[in-house]
Order: sequence, then structure tokens, then C-alpha cells
Amino acid sequence: MRFLAPKPSPQLSPALSRRRFLVLSGVAGAGLTLGLPIASAKAQPAASAAQTPFAAYLRVAPDNSVTVLSAHMDMGQGIYSGLATLVAEELGADPAQLRVEGAAGNPKLYGNLAWGGAVQGTGGSTAIASSFERYRRAGATARAMLVQAAANEWKVPASEITVERGVLTHRSGRRATFGELAERAAALPVPADVPLRDPKDWTLIGSESVRRVDSADKSTGRQTYTIDVKLPGLLTAVVAHPPRFGGSVRSFDATAAKAVKGVVEVVQISRGVAVIAEHTWAAIKGREALKVEWNLDTAEARGTAELMEEFKRLAAQPPTAVAARRGDADKALAGAAKVVEATYEFPYLAHAALEPMDAVARKDGDVLEVWGGHQMPDLYQAKAAAIAGVSPDKVRLHVMMTGGSFGRRATPDADVIVEAVECAKAIGWRAPVKVLWTREDDMQGGRYRPMYLHTVKAGLDAAGNPVAWKHRIVGQSILANSPFAAMVKDGIDPTSVEGVSDSPYAVPNLTAELTTVAAGVPVLWWRSVGHTHTAYAMETMIDQLATAAGRDPVEFRRALLTDHPRHRRVLDLAAEKAGWGQPLAAGRFRGVAVHESFATVVAEVAEIAMDDRGGFRVERVVCAVDCGVAVNPDQIRAQMEGGIGFGLGAILHSRITLTGGEVDQSNFDGYEVLRFTEMPRVEVHVVPSAEPPTGVGEPGVPPIGPAVANALAAAGRTARILPLSRGAQT
Amino acid sequence: MKLIVNDREYEVDADPEMPLVWALRDLVGLTGTKFGCGAAQCGACTVHVDGQPIRSCVTPVSAVAGQKVVTIEGLTGKVAEAVTKAWTALDVPQCGYCQSGQVMAAVALLTATPKPSDADIDAAMDGNLCRCATYQRIRAGIHQASQTLEG
Repeated sequence: MRFLAPKPSPQLSPALSRRRFLVLSGVAGAGLTLGLPIASAKAQPAASAAQTPFAAYLRVAPDNSVTVLSAHMDMGQGIYSGLATLVAEELGADPAQLRVEGAAGNPKLYGNLAWGGAVQGTGGSTAIASSFERYRRAGATARAMLVQAAANEWKVPASEITVERGVLTHRSGRRATFGELAERAAALPVPADVPLRDPKDWTLIGSESVRRVDSADKSTGRQTYTIDVKLPGLLTAVVAHPPRFGGSVRSFDATAAKAVKGVVEVVQISRGVAVIAEHTWAAIKGREALKVEWNLDTAEARGTAELMEEFKRLAAQPPTAVAARRGDADKALAGAAKVVEATYEFPYLAHAALEPMDAVARKDGDVLEVWGGHQMPDLYQAKAAAIAGVSPDKVRLHVMMTGGSFGRRATPDADVIVEAVECAKAIGWRAPVKVLWTREDDMQGGRYRPMYLHTVKAGLDAAGNPVAWKHRIVGQSILANSPFAAMVKDGIDPTSVEGVSDSPYAVPNLTAELTTVAAGVPVLWWRSVGHTHTAYAMETMIDQLATAAGRDPVEFRRALLTDHPRHRRVLDLAAEKAGWGQPLAAGRFRGVAVHESFATVVAEVAEIAMDDRGGFRVERVVCAVDCGVAVNPDQIRAQMEGGIGFGLGAILHSRITLTGGEVDQSNFDGYEVLRFTEMPRVEVHVVPSAEPPTGVGEPGVPPIGPAVANALAAAGRTARILPLSRGAQT
Repeated sequence: MKLIVNDREYEVDADPEMPLVWALRDLVGLTGTKFGCGAAQCGACTVHVDGQPIRSCVTPVSAVAGQKVVTIEGLTGKVAEAVTKAWTALDVPQCGYCQSGQVMAAVALLTATPKPSDADIDAAMDGNLCRCATYQRIRAGIHQASQTLEG
């Protein structure tokens, strides 16, 4: 595969390339450490660098290790491996000498450039786009300094030195490792504007041979997560939360809880009552013995059935906002030759990452340390600082490898982190405290993908072309009442309508309406956010229109995507590889869907096998993805495979329901997710591209639901109420 | 109470009802075994007791006193090596949190059935959840490890 030079990405700050990298060599023997200066590199004294030892992108140590400091949390999506690849490519390192650590605490260094750079964070499948240039630049700059150090040492021109797999060589036979030169390189001035390698010379970016940096540790139990943090005197807390959202503690009786052997303290915190113990089991037993009287006066008392009834009532009334309008959909519908309509119901969904929510806090002197899944570190740092009464720069965040997130760790109110800091504070900071949510706490802890109702009406002209599309969405806003509320403009939360309001299909008359509902159930982004439901409605409705027009679903889409070559490309590729149009065995059916999310376009063809009892199994999924330059092709495939499995489990099984304000599900028996035997055979095809890279963590999720639903429709079954396990649907 | 974990003896002061997973993690200090659900629903806590895979989150510590418990940290031998090598070669893990349990289940399967069919794999692995849905690579990893053991 040949890459052309990537165009400058609009997401990359133009100022970045003009800035200089700074040598941070304040720690004796630390070798070469590169970061980005805040103002002027020349003016930056080393002493100040020593005060910000985490402010860097990479360290080359005398022991020949290269440590990449990641601006993005790794929750399994593999960004640590992605950044290691970028650095190793430019540095000329042996990938085996790279390790990666999470870094936090300085948005000027680690701000997410795809979000404008002001805050650090991981989400929206932005990590590679945000960091594609800066980590390559860090690697290239370090390489230039190592080469210069060798040139000075050997008294040869720098241009005669080559770097390969972590070794610098000169034709005279001289050679040195990075580690041997690290300290001398650190003493050199930092060169400005070091050129990046020509993409045609890349050997690691795009290579199939580059492996993840963490597979060995994760296959042998050596990888540590927040739940595994060990500290002297560490106590473990579990928290009793109100049984309904919006409740609070009225009073509690800790007598029996404190009688449990191993329980150390029972304290009230802002979110409930914490039982703090010497170990987890004592905390759990202590909480079982705890008596709490809750104030539920203002708590949410409705169940999901009542809420959905309200959504339906509201859907029949004028919307609270119009998210998109082109042409006149009402008029076009009135004049359409054929009108098709559908109503969709989407349930609340829990993220249910396998590592339940957890965090560890310790304060020693005026320094507060917090270990956790720091997906939005600046917010968490500020929250923790406020509780501890220290300035944010006194809060050290340890960014832990996280056992899944799917959006859950990006919680603006920093729920479990607040709990850990409050617990440690409540015992006078005398010991570090780990707060661990049990599975039940995690499942019932809220922050769900919102429940939504969609009503869609679309019309075809006499020739079978779509002429009208009227789409109404009813549900809660994720952004309202969050620190991101300013993103809600004119009553439109973009996360409620993305994927509909910006549909690529050339339908001349389209209206996308939104009615935002207030409810006491806390909601949050869930892997692929609004696209989790909008893609389902859009892509099943398009199929319904194709059927009504008597046209092939792939050809019907292509005709509506003439201005969207990336969509057509993945659609064609998936269709070709899936054998679209070729005959299938009896009882087998195919469905297709294509959807763009987070600037990545994915098409999926699902093949299902119906059984004789009305059930079905998804046998095979063929996926085509266009995500720009493929940094780690095998990890792109891994994210598509995982996204397909994650999305498939949700549409087949998952839903959170409430009765009388209380969550009905508590564990994986009630909240079912995809299991081993349900995993289809997945084939992923990555479109070759020289465009700047876009993300892959989320975009594999949206098409799988509608692709399966469209295969079911081909089998004569409609699926508009999710999950499909709810049984027969009309 | 005496616990034998990875061929070492530990004297632990534990409530007999304490699930083995907490005894291993909090008292013995071996955190490779993961807590996922506490109800034998996910398999993240799988360890071997006398060679058999069990869910340590629902197994009271008193039930295994004096028996040989093997955790991910104590896995040794040809089968374990073949499995971890295949897992690494295929980059099976994503977040990795379930993988201790997956590896324990896979090693138990391959020890009993060195050449498992897909149906054997289904039966052995269906109780182990992976929220990252790495299932396809887990299956491939088991087949690859099996081939290594043959050769």
C-alpha cells in the first residue's frame, strides 16, 4: 500500500508545527524527554521543566527504553499501541523497546486537538486524529537530537548517520543505542520543524507486523487496572446509593455495619453512605448490614413504560426544535406516490464494562493522588481538587488501563472519582481509599444511553425515488445540564439527532425534528452516541423505501449517495466481499447498512440464518471501513470486530427498564450482552486511503443493528422495538 | 485457614463465606484474577481448583481450603505457554479485563481436549463474557494453541 502525503488535517492546530519541542531534562539520568513548550522553548528554563515531570510525550532512558506518554486513555481501543507506532516510526525505534503510560494534568500538552485543544479527553473516536501529528513530531525531534549527539560524539556529519530499530550507525562502523546517547542528546538544543518521514517510507504505520504493546501483559494477568492498585494501608469502600435516581440520604444507622469484622468506618458522602473496610468482602458485608433511610421526595418515580407512553404522547405534538430542514417535507409527502412510515423504540442501555466503576484516592501532605479511568482528566482534577481544598496542580492523576468504558468513564460529574476522594477525606486522609462498585451498583448506577422514540415518514415519487423524509425524535438530552450544555444550540442537542440531521442521502425534502424530554434517569454517551439509534432508524427506513420502490437496497443507496464517494466505496466493497446478489442457501438472508460516524464511514452486510422456530442467528458479517490512513490495520479490524459484537449484543438482548423509578436489571442475567456462541464470523476490509486518519473505536457499532434488521426484513420480519429479544413484532 | 495457591501455602484470616476471588485478591495479593459480576455470570474470576475451572466469585474460600488453587499468575506448562503465545500473536485482548478468565478457561479446555472442535470451544467458553467482543480471536487463539501443541 502506498500512501501519499496526508493533507494537513483541519483538526490539527496550525500552530503546532511552528512550536518547538522542549527538552525536559531536569531529572538527573532521566535521559531525553520531549514535550511541547507552553510559550517559548528558548525561554523555558530547565528548572520549570523539572516541576512538570509529566509534561512530555516521550522519554528515552539510559536503559534504552522508550516511554510514550499518552494524551489519551486506553480502555481497550488500542491507542497506546497506535501512539507507540507513530513514535517508533519517526524515531526509528524497535517497537519492542517501546512502552506507554497514560499522562494527564496539562491540557496545554495533552489537550484533545480534535476538540480544539483546550481540554484533555478521550472520546468521539478522536485520539488518532488528535495525535497523529504531534506524536510523530515528538519522535522525529527525538531522533534528530539522538543523531546530532552521535554526530558530535563521532565527529561525523549527521547526514551520514542512519537509524534503524533503535540503533544509530555510521559507515565507519561506529554504532550506539538510543540509551547510550540519551543523556548527551538531552543536553542539545531542540531543533525546530524537524521534517516528518515521507509516507512512502513508512515501515510501521500501516504495517501488519506491528502488534499491540499490551497483549502479553493482558494474556498473563500482569496488566494492572484501577481495581488492582495496591498501596500501603489501602482501604476499600462500597457505597450504598439511593434506590431511585435523585434520592438522597435522610439518615442511617451504622451499628450493625460497624459490627462486621473488617469494617473500619461508615461515612455519609454526597452520593450516599460509604462502608469503608480493610478489604472488599468486609465492605460488601458491612453494606448489607447497613440501614439507610432515603429521602425520595424528589426522586424519579416513573418507570420506563410510563416514560415511553409520555414519549408517544409528545411525538404526536409539535416538536421542541427543528434540527434540519431542507425543502418542504410535508408538501412532498402529500404529493408522494407512496408513503412508508415506521415508529421505533430504543431502550436505555448500560455500558456494563467488565471492570466495574472504581477509583482510588490518597492525600499525602498537600498532594492528592487519584488512580482511575481518567477519560476526562481536567474535569476530574478540578472536582478532586475542590473536594480536597487544594489547587488543581496539586492533584496527580494516575491514568490507569481501564477494563472497558464504552463512554462510561467519561462522566462529567466524575461520580466514582468524587466518591473515592470524599471517602478518603471523610476519614481525615489517614489512609488511601479505593471505591469499588459491585456489578449491581454499576448496572443500576445510571448514565445510560438514553431511551428514544423515533417516528419516520418517507415518500417516493412515481419513479420510485425518495422525495420526502420527515423524522421526529423524542428523548432525553445527554449534553443538557452537563459542562457541555453550551453545545446545545436552539434547543438541539446534536447527540440526539446526529446521523439524521446530517444524513448523506440525497432526499430533496427533509425535516428532522426533536422533542427533548426531561427525566430523572441520568444519561450519557454510549459507544457511538446518537448514531446508536439514528443509524438504525435511517438505515432500516432506507431499506423499506427500496423495497417499496422495488429496487435493490445497495443500488438504491448508491443512487442517493452520488456526492458521497466514501460511502459508495465502502458500500461497494462490503457488497462485493459479501457476495451481495448471489443466491443464498434456504433460510439465509442478507441485510446491508452504511453509516458515517466520527468522520469514519462503515458498511456492513449481515447474513442471518432463520431457524424453524422463528429464531435466527447472525452467521456472518462483512465490514468495509474507510478511516483514512490505516495506522494499525489489524487494530482497525479488531475495533470493527468488537464494535460489531458490542452493537449486536445490544440489539439482540440489552435493555435497562425501570419500574416505579427503580432499575429492574442488576447483573448479566437480567441485562444480557453478546456471548461467545452468538459471535458471527466477521471479515473486515480496510479501504486504502492517504487521507488524514479518523477514529475506529465507535464507527463499527452503528451499522450492525440495521444490517441485521434489514436481513430480518428480507425474511419477512420487522424489527422496530429494541431489543429484538422482546419477541414477535409487527 | 490454609489456602494453597500456585503451589504456595497461605494462612488467611477470612470469613469462611468470603468468596475465593476476594481472598485471592485482597488477602493473598494476587490480582490477576478479576472481579466482574459476583454471580458466576461473566467468568472473569475463573481459576483452577484441582485442574478444573471454577468461578471464584461464588466459591466460598472455605470450600477450597487445602485444595490446589491455580490462578493466572501460577499457570505453567506447555498448554499455558501455547495459549498465551497464541493470544499475543493474534492480539486477542482489547481492554484485557476478561482475558485472565478467558485464558484460564482455554487452558482447562485444551488440557482436557487438546484438539477441540468448534462445538467443544462453544461449550467451554460460552460462560466467559467479553464486552469488547474479542470472541472471534479467542476462538482463533484456541485453535492456534491447539495446533502448536500438536506440532
